[in-house]
Amino acid sequence: MTATTAGWGVELQGVTQRFGDVVALDDVSLTVRPGTITGLLGRNGSGKSTLGSLLAAFRRPTAGRVLVDGEEPWENERVVPGVCFVRESGDVLDDFSIKDNLAYVSGARPTFSHELAGELLDLFELDPKRKPGKFSRGKKSAFGIVLGLASRAPLTILDEVHLGLDAPSRYAFYDALLADYAAHPRTIVLSSHLIGEIERLVEDVVVLDRGRVLVAQDAETLRAEGVSVTGPAAAVEAFVAGREVLATQRLGGTTQATVRGGVAEGDVRRARQDGLELGPVPLQDLFVHLTDPQRATHVGGAR
Amino acid sequence: MFDGRDPVYLQIADQIRQDVLSGALAAEEQVMSTTQYATTFRINPATAAKAFAQLVDEGVLYKRRGVGMFVAPGARERLVADARESFFADTVDPVADAARVLGIDVEDVVARLRTRAASEPAAPVTAPPATPAAPEEGSR
Repeated sequence: MTATTAGWGVELQGVTQRFGDVVALDDVSLTVRPGTITGLLGRNGSGKSTLGSLLAAFRRPTAGRVLVDGEEPWENERVVPGVCFVRESGDVLDDFSIKDNLAYVSGARPTFSHELAGELLDLFELDPKRKPGKFSRGKKSAFGIVLGLASRAPLTILDEVHLGLDAPSRYAFYDALLADYAAHPRTIVLSSHLIGEIERLVEDVVVLDRGRVLVAQDAETLRAEGVSVTGPAAAVEAFVAGREVLATQRLGGTTQATVRGGVAEGDVRRARQDGLELGPVPLQDLFVHLTDPQRATHVGGAR
Repeated sequence: MFDGRDPVYLQIADQIRQDVLSGALAAEEQVMSTTQYATTFRINPATAAKAFAQLVDEGVLYKRRGVGMFVAPGARERLVADARESFFADTVDPVADAARVLGIDVEDVVARLRTRAASEPAAPVTAPPATPAAPEEGSR
């Protein structure tokens, strides 16, 4: 079996993509570290799929530079076979059997593993003789996952591939992804709306919002940035004074504030003395707060 | 699992320290690989690797190239020594503070501790053994 490279990095430099009047990506600059699983988060229409299309050389950007492993992917014979973009829409040969689809894909992917493909077909209970055109939404997604993982491409982009999968199938997907990634390290960009399910799988996070990069950092740091402060209203107000407060909830005399910016050791001691409870903020909640359109005016020049 | 406020890698490191402290992981025993951690707890392998790196720095684990991570000889003794140092500040002082708030006499607390200590002769965290256990090849 040929070992894959440790994965390809991605760099976008001032990339803009317009579709007529619509600006899908607006002067985006970002880096995806090679060999990471990077979570690509964003609301519908934030530009996630457009970004994937650019990396896979399905289109050229209106402006700016896209670099995959240091080169522009567009009409690039070296790079294109190493970028696997799995869209929820499928991109499979609907009227050919799974077996024929695998033969077709493996011909275009030097790193393709038939062994892994076979294991994943069994895992998702997909019959190699059947045609994807007749599959349910969930089975179509599962087949997309089979192609995406078995291709073992140095850059794999899995865009909403969980759609229609039930919870046990999604967990089977996460386990298969982690196991194969650990054995064959590569760069994986994973986009999903199920942030709670993928937040522990990803090392880095990129949040797109209306075509712009809102956040690009490692997941651990991002998660540590959000803190919930719960306790008597007056004590909470005193504690959060001067901090970036994302949300506040009140129940009787108790207030819970969500703040961004993390807490220092001294803050923890002070909170304990004041009878305040500090808790984690799920990445999903942080995402909801950060992409709230009501907030946009307050963020201003912050990057 | 691993849903506290601390970063996941700190929680993993803490769990391994506890396992070494309690004797669940003996000296020279192999710990799970980053891959096993990743798939067992559905976390990114880099998160587990970060926890291991911290424990190697602390001398709790050491790496055998190409084989995996093992509990360092003397790791438990070192952890016990550290835990004893922080025991009064981290564990006893909050009890004293809570007792004061609740108006419980400190003598009642002491009496309770004496009763408890007498009734639990085989408490798990006692003095460390004189020598670390020899590696047991047959156990894995």
